[in-house]
Amino acid sequence: MTIALFNPRTTFHSPALDRLQACLQSAQFPRRVVGMVRHLLIPFIAIALFLGVWGAAAKNIQTSLGELPGPGAVWQQAVSLYGEHQAERAKADQFYARQAERNAQKLAEDPDAEVRVRPYTGKPTFIDQIGTSLLTVATGFIIASLIAIPVGIVCGMSATLYTALNPLIQVFKPVSPLAWLPLVTMVVSALYVSEDPLFAKSFVTSAITVTLCCLWPTIINTTVGVSSVSKDLLNVSRVLRLGWFTKTVKIVLPSAIPLMFTGMRLSLGIGWMVLIAAEMLAQNPGLGKFVWDEFQNGSSNSLARIMVAVFAIGLVGFALDRGMLLLQRRVSWDKAAVLR
Amino acid sequence: MTYLNIDHVGITFDTDHGPLNVLDGVALKVDKGEFVSLIGHSGCGKSTVLNIVAGLLQASSGGVLLENREVNEPGPDRAVVFQNHSLLPWLSVYDNVRLAVDTVFKGSKSRQERHDWTLHNLELVHMSHALQRRPDEISGGMKQRVGIARALAMEPKVLLMDEPFGALDSLTRTHMQDSLMEIQARLNNTVIMITHDVDEAVLLSDRIVMMTNGPSATVGEVLHIDLPRPRDRLRLADNPRYNHYRAAVLKFLHERHAQPDVPVQPRSKPALKLAAG
Repeated sequence: MTIALFNPRTTFHSPALDRLQACLQSAQFPRRVVGMVRHLLIPFIAIALFLGVWGAAAKNIQTSLGELPGPGAVWQQAVSLYGEHQAERAKADQFYARQAERNAQKLAEDPDAEVRVRPYTGKPTFIDQIGTSLLTVATGFIIASLIAIPVGIVCGMSATLYTALNPLIQVFKPVSPLAWLPLVTMVVSALYVSEDPLFAKSFVTSAITVTLCCLWPTIINTTVGVSSVSKDLLNVSRVLRLGWFTKTVKIVLPSAIPLMFTGMRLSLGIGWMVLIAAEMLAQNPGLGKFVWDEFQNGSSNSLARIMVAVFAIGLVGFALDRGMLLLQRRVSWDKAAVLR
Repeated sequence: MTYLNIDHVGITFDTDHGPLNVLDGVALKVDKGEFVSLIGHSGCGKSTVLNIVAGLLQASSGGVLLENREVNEPGPDRAVVFQNHSLLPWLSVYDNVRLAVDTVFKGSKSRQERHDWTLHNLELVHMSHALQRRPDEISGGMKQRVGIARALAMEPKVLLMDEPFGALDSLTRTHMQDSLMEIQARLNNTVIMITHDVDEAVLLSDRIVMMTNGPSATVGEVLHIDLPRPRDRLRLADNPRYNHYRAAVLKFLHERHAQPDVPVQPRSKPALKLAAG
């Protein structure tokens, strides 16, 4: 009885769903159809319900920017944002076409003429901002992984080093990105001085903040993975008298890979969340800045546009997680691990 | 001349409840090509003896001599077949054996020779059909076969087997025992095998070494199994001598050294001693 209480399948009784379930289980449907219904129809119903509740609730919430947007208004804004993106692209294309034409003309008149190619300086569109955010999070995450995996391996292999670093890791791990950001901003401003910077300061600041927050799960999980290599496998390596390097490459690292990936997946998830906050404050032209600008803008469309951003952030985050999962499936030997 | 000499080995572990003397004066001489089984109740220290011979544990007193040289670190000349197979789960069957072959014969065999030697050993345990499978894709018995192939491939002076078939179902176990007898007939290795299984011990061994209960376990009795080889389990079932040996081991285990119903913990030491004495 107590078990039933915790099992949503047994507690959630709705006559309609029960009938659907019974209908599905009766033998007249082939298995494939049942599977499709279960995987497509049920989520579809849930999403439809969610949209309904959202729409109904939104009508009753009045903000200083008007009514809270419902699904319709948000969809409209999504379409309009995409339209703006296309318009901006068309303008950019025209700009480059005109520039090329002008330059060609100049060269025809005087082959020695100095030809300048200027980049188009239009406002970044929503799609561009997603691109910037992805680039920033990728940079921060890759830097973090390049640091965290070696540190984790070394910590896992040396108990002394682990004891030394563990307090630092535990203290820095829970620090919010918002606390790091001012420090990172100042340090980047002080150290990253160049006449013609390759990257914008806001980009560097955001990426480093992401790095600082994504280090920890990878370090911790890699450490655990490396230090918890099965004793039997280590005995195998002792019987074979494997050298330190061979032991590390052939036994320790492969057996740590599943946990390493778990750490990296957690890191990427955290990195993506952190990035939005970092971009808001660092004014890196990504999704965070988009949300902030819309909030400051305060037009009647702003709330709907922010909601488009919310969904975009969610979908991109989901896609990143699935991407890591696919990578893990390809690379990791542990196919039996439950990958959700 | 004695090939392997386990010379009055004792070992004491430091535990939270003070030192615990697990083995005391274990003495055993093994000849070349001999198959010796160690039998005893759980927790009596059979595996500890094996691990000392393997060099994975260091004896506190006494020592192990292999061809008159002291053994104090692990090495491929004393290959171990682990109870839980201990195959590397990310390597294929072939690569698991190949890793051992590559490590042991790095300087002495060419690439092609190492490849052939790997295949030869897998053939010996009848695993040629699953070379590219991963350990999680094959059955428990097959994993143990690969574990044996890996150990054999090291051309060990002594093959150490720690309850090699303990985790298998009884039908698979009989298959594995037959396989092992077949391999033993061909290679005539020196083997020390740990087992719980009386039938297995009598069927496979030249000698059965029965250990007393711990702590301070030691060799209780030694039984020479004088049955002609090749041995056939069906024919032996009616053999009076076979049944006599079985009975002797059973009597040792269940009459003279019955396992007491108390958990093996240092606190219950007096009770254990009483039962063991």
